[in-house]
Amino acid sequence: MLLEIENLTKSYPSSDGPVPVLRGVDLSLDVGQTLALTGESGSGKSTLLHLVGGLDHADSGSIRIAGQEVTTLDDQGRAALRRHEVGVVFQQFNLIPSLDVAANIAFQARLSAQADPTRIEDLARALGLTDHLRKYPEALSGGQQQRVAIARTLAARPRLVLADEPTGNLDEATAGEVLTQMLDLVAETGAALMVVTHSAGVAARMGRRVHLSGGHLA
Amino acid sequence: MTGAALAALWSHWARNPLQLFTLIAGLALATALWSGVQAINAEARASYDAAAATLGEGRFDQLLPRVGETIPQERYIALRRAGWQVSPVLEGRLATPDGSIRLLGLDPMTSPGGLSPVALGGEDMDLVSFLSDGIIFADAVTAAQIASVVDLEVIVDPSVAPGLALTDIGVAQRLLDRGGVLTRLILAQVQPKGLVPLTELAPDLMRRVAQEGSDLGRLTDSFHLNLTAFGFLSFAVGIFIVHGAIGLAFEQRRTMVRTLRALGLPLRRLVWLMVAELAVFALLAGTLGVVLGYLIAAMLLPDVAATLRGLYGADVAGSIRLRPGWWLSGYAIALGGTAMAAAGALWQIARMPLLASARPRAWVMARGAGAARSGALAAGLLLGAGALALWGSGMVMGFALLACLLTGAALALPLLLRIVLGICQARARGVVAHWFWADTRQQLPGMSLALMALLLAIAANIGVSTMVSSFRLTFVGFLDQRLAPELFVGVEDAREAAALEAFLEGRAREVLPVLSVETRMAGLPADLYGARIGMTYRENWRFLASDGPVWDRVAAGEAVIVNEQLARRSGLWVGGELAVAPDVILPVIGIVADYGNPIGQAVISEALFQRLFPDIIATRFGLRTDDADRLRTALTSEFGMSEAVMIDQKDIKAFSLEVFERTFTVTGALNVLTLAVAGFAILMSLLTLAAIRLPQLAPVWALGLTRATLGRLELLRAVVLALLTAVLALPLGLALAWVLLTIVNVEAFGWRLPMYLFPLDYARLGLFALMAAVMAALWPARRLARTAPGELLKVFANER
Repeated sequence: MLLEIENLTKSYPSSDGPVPVLRGVDLSLDVGQTLALTGESGSGKSTLLHLVGGLDHADSGSIRIAGQEVTTLDDQGRAALRRHEVGVVFQQFNLIPSLDVAANIAFQARLSAQADPTRIEDLARALGLTDHLRKYPEALSGGQQQRVAIARTLAARPRLVLADEPTGNLDEATAGEVLTQMLDLVAETGAALMVVTHSAGVAARMGRRVHLSGGHLA
Repeated sequence: MTGAALAALWSHWARNPLQLFTLIAGLALATALWSGVQAINAEARASYDAAAATLGEGRFDQLLPRVGETIPQERYIALRRAGWQVSPVLEGRLATPDGSIRLLGLDPMTSPGGLSPVALGGEDMDLVSFLSDGIIFADAVTAAQIASVVDLEVIVDPSVAPGLALTDIGVAQRLLDRGGVLTRLILAQVQPKGLVPLTELAPDLMRRVAQEGSDLGRLTDSFHLNLTAFGFLSFAVGIFIVHGAIGLAFEQRRTMVRTLRALGLPLRRLVWLMVAELAVFALLAGTLGVVLGYLIAAMLLPDVAATLRGLYGADVAGSIRLRPGWWLSGYAIALGGTAMAAAGALWQIARMPLLASARPRAWVMARGAGAARSGALAAGLLLGAGALALWGSGMVMGFALLACLLTGAALALPLLLRIVLGICQARARGVVAHWFWADTRQQLPGMSLALMALLLAIAANIGVSTMVSSFRLTFVGFLDQRLAPELFVGVEDAREAAALEAFLEGRAREVLPVLSVETRMAGLPADLYGARIGMTYRENWRFLASDGPVWDRVAAGEAVIVNEQLARRSGLWVGGELAVAPDVILPVIGIVADYGNPIGQAVISEALFQRLFPDIIATRFGLRTDDADRLRTALTSEFGMSEAVMIDQKDIKAFSLEVFERTFTVTGALNVLTLAVAGFAILMSLLTLAAIRLPQLAPVWALGLTRATLGRLELLRAVVLALLTAVLALPLGLALAWVLLTIVNVEAFGWRLPMYLFPLDYARLGLFALMAAVMAALWPARRLARTAPGELLKVFANER
C-alpha cells in the first residue's frame, strides 16, 4: 500500500479550547489509484491533505507513505518526503513569480535532483505550454498557471500526487480540460492521486470517493 | 537542491532590481558615511601616534623649560657632565611656500633607542652622513614641501609623522636660526645611580613623565567622538533604508518561501541560504561603501587636518592611506548593519508557519499596528532623555542622552503624524480631500521609516547649525574682547624686552606683556597668567560670573580670575578659593569665557606673578595704539625689530575665524550627506509603495479621478508629509542644539555657550527638505500618472 492513514486526529486551538477537525481518520491508497476527498467547507479536507503532505503536524495517529511513518519525521525528513515522494498541486497555483514558466516547471525536479529536460518538454507539450515557456506567471491566465503547477509536480515524478481544489479557481471548461490532462499524466506515471474537491463533477472522475464529515470519513 | 533554491531566491532580485538597488545603495551609503568618518579618525590617530613615537612622548620622561622659554645648550652639557643620560631636542616651525612644517632636530648619538628615522638604519644610510651631510627625513608630502626651501638632501621615510621633518640638531639650529638653544631634553629610561637630583641641577626645568598614549590623542578625543557620533547618525539613517528594503523584500518573498518549503526545501537550509545571500549583498555594498567612504574621507580630510592643526596644533596627514583595519571595519559595519536590519525579517521567516500567506500590503499595515508599541517605547526613551538631562553627567551620558532623544523622537513621529492627519481628515471638506487625508494616513506605515530618517536628518541639521551659528556669534565677540591690542610682538630675551618697553613709552597707548607659566592648579594642568591691569582689561573683558570690583582686587593681588574650563573641571566658581602657588591661595572673583584653548587658565596681577615667578620674563607683548601701521614702521625702522615677530590683530582675527569655519566644514558636509540619504530613503519608499498600492488607487481611478490627478495628489502627499516632518523636526533640532551646547560642549571643551535662534536658517532648511521630498516624489508620481489602464483593470480582474 502506498498511503496508509490510521486513527489520525487533529485539532486547532481557539479561545474556547481546541476545536477537533479530524477525529480518528483511517484511509489507504495504492499505487495508480485516484481518490476524491469531498466535504463541507471547514470539514478538514485540506487539513488532511496537508498532514499527508507533511505540511502540518497531526495530534495523533499514523500516516505511512511507502512504508515510511510521516508523523514522526522532523522538518528535514518532511522536506525530503516532499522532494522525493509527494507532489502537491495548490488551488492558488503557488508558482514562483520571479521565475519563468520553464524554470517553474523544472524547479521541483531540480530540488530533488531529477531534472530531465526531455521530460519537461514532454510535459509542457502535453499541457499546451510550449509557447509560454519564457513567460512569467503574471502573464498567464489562471488555467495556464494551474497547468504549470501540475507540470511542476509531475516533472519530479512523485509517487503520490496531492491536489487541493486544483480546478477551484478555473472556469468549467478550463477546469474539465486541466483535470483530464492531470489524470492522463498521473496515469502515465503510475502515481496515486488524492484530490480535495467541492465539485461533484471532479469527484465523479476519480476512482474512489470518500466524504469527510464531523471529522470522520464516510 | 541548493543551486535550485539559490536560483529561485536570486530570481526575486532579478525581477525587482529597484529593490536590490535600494538595499545595496542604502547599505553602501550607510557604510560610506560611517567608514569615511572612521578613516578620518584612523588617519588622525595614526598621525598622533607617529608623532608621539617620533617625539618619544609615550616612552621617555622629558625636561621642559617654562612657557615661551628655551634651554641653553650649556645646560644640556652641564647635565651630561653631571652624569645624566639626556638627549637634546630642538623643535620649531620652518616656513614653506605652502605654510610651515614642524622641524625636529635630534642628536642620534645620545637619543634613546627608537628615536630616530627608520631609514637611518637602512643600507645606504649611515650616521656619519646624517651628521655631516645634513640630511633631512620626512614623509613624501612633507619632503616635497621642504625640498623647495632647503638646499639639503631630503630622504622620504614613511615612518616619520605627517608634517614633521627630522634632522640632526645642529642642522635644525642652523635652519631655524636658533644656534645654542634647545626646546627640551629627553631623559633615558635608565640613569646611573647616585646622581645629583635634577631639582638641584635644573630647578627651572619641568619634568614631564612619560605617558601612555599621546597628548594629542587625549586632547582631540572629544573632536573625534563628535565625528564618530555624526558618522553613526548617518549610518543609522542608512540602516533605516536597508531595514525597509529587506523587510518588504522578505515579505514579498513569503509566497516563494512557502512554495519552496512545500516543494521540499528544508527551512534551515532556506534560512542559511538567505543569510548567505544577504552576506553577499553586504560584502558587495561594503566594498562600494568603503570606496565611497574613502572618497568622502579624502574630500573632508584636508579640512579636518586644518581644524586639528588650528585647534590643537596637531599635524595630520592631508591624504588618506588605505589601512587593512579600516577596510575590515568597513566590511564589519556593512555586515553588522545588514544583520541588524535583517534580523527581524529572518526571524519571522524562520518562525513562519509553512502555510502562512504573503501579504505585502498587510506587511506595510502591520508596521502601523506596532505604532502603539513604538509610541510607548518612544515615551520611555524621551523620559529617559529627560532623566539623563536632569541627573546625568559626563560625555558618555551626553551621547546616551542624544541617542535617547533622537531614537525616542523618531519612534514617536508616526504616532504624531497619525494624530495630525486624523485631525486634517476630520476637518476636510469635499470627498477628494477626505479621501486624500484618509489615504495619506493609510500610507503612513509604509513611509514611516523614510520619514524618521528625514526627521533625524533635519533635526541634526537644525541642531548642529544652531550650535555652530551660536558658537560663531559668541566666538566673534570673544575675539573682539581678547584681541583688543592692535599689534602683537615678540622678543628674544629679557634685555630686548626691557629695551622694547622703554622704546614704547610714549609711542604706545598701553603695553600688555604676556607673562605665563605652565603649572597645575586644582589638581589640573593649567596656565597661570600675570596681567598688567589697565583700561584694556577693564573695558574689554566680560565675565560669565563675577563679584564686586574684579580688576581692582586682582590688581591688588587679592583675587584671581579663572577661565570657564578650569572653573567647570575643578568645580570652582566665584567665591571659591584657588591655590595659584603652593603657599598662595586666592579667592576666585571672576569667571571668563575662553574659546581659544582647551586647558584651564587663571589670571593674577603682573606684580604678584613676578613675585611668585621672578625668573620668568615676558617675551610677547600686546600693544595698544591708535595707529598700528605707524607703530609697526617705528618698530622696524627705529627699534630694529624684524617684521617676522610682529603680528597684526586683523591677521590673527582672520586666521582664527578661518580656523573656526574650517572646524565645522566637516560636520556641515556630513549634515548635507545625511539629508541627501534621507531624500534617497523617501524616494525608495515612494517607489516601493507605488508598486504595491495600485489596489488602493484603482477604485478611485475607476470612480472618476484621472491618473494625472492621482499623480499630482501623490506629489502633494509627499510634500505634506515632509512639511509635517520638518515642523516636528524643529523642536527636536532645538533640543539637540541645547544638549550639544549645554552638555556635550561643556564635557568636550569645558565651555558652555549661549544658545541663539536663527529662524531664517530653519526656514531655508525646511525649504530644502521640501525640495528633497518633491524631487523624490516626482518620479513615482509621474509613473503613477502614466500607469496603463490595463494595469489598473487587473486589480478588478483579480489577476495581479
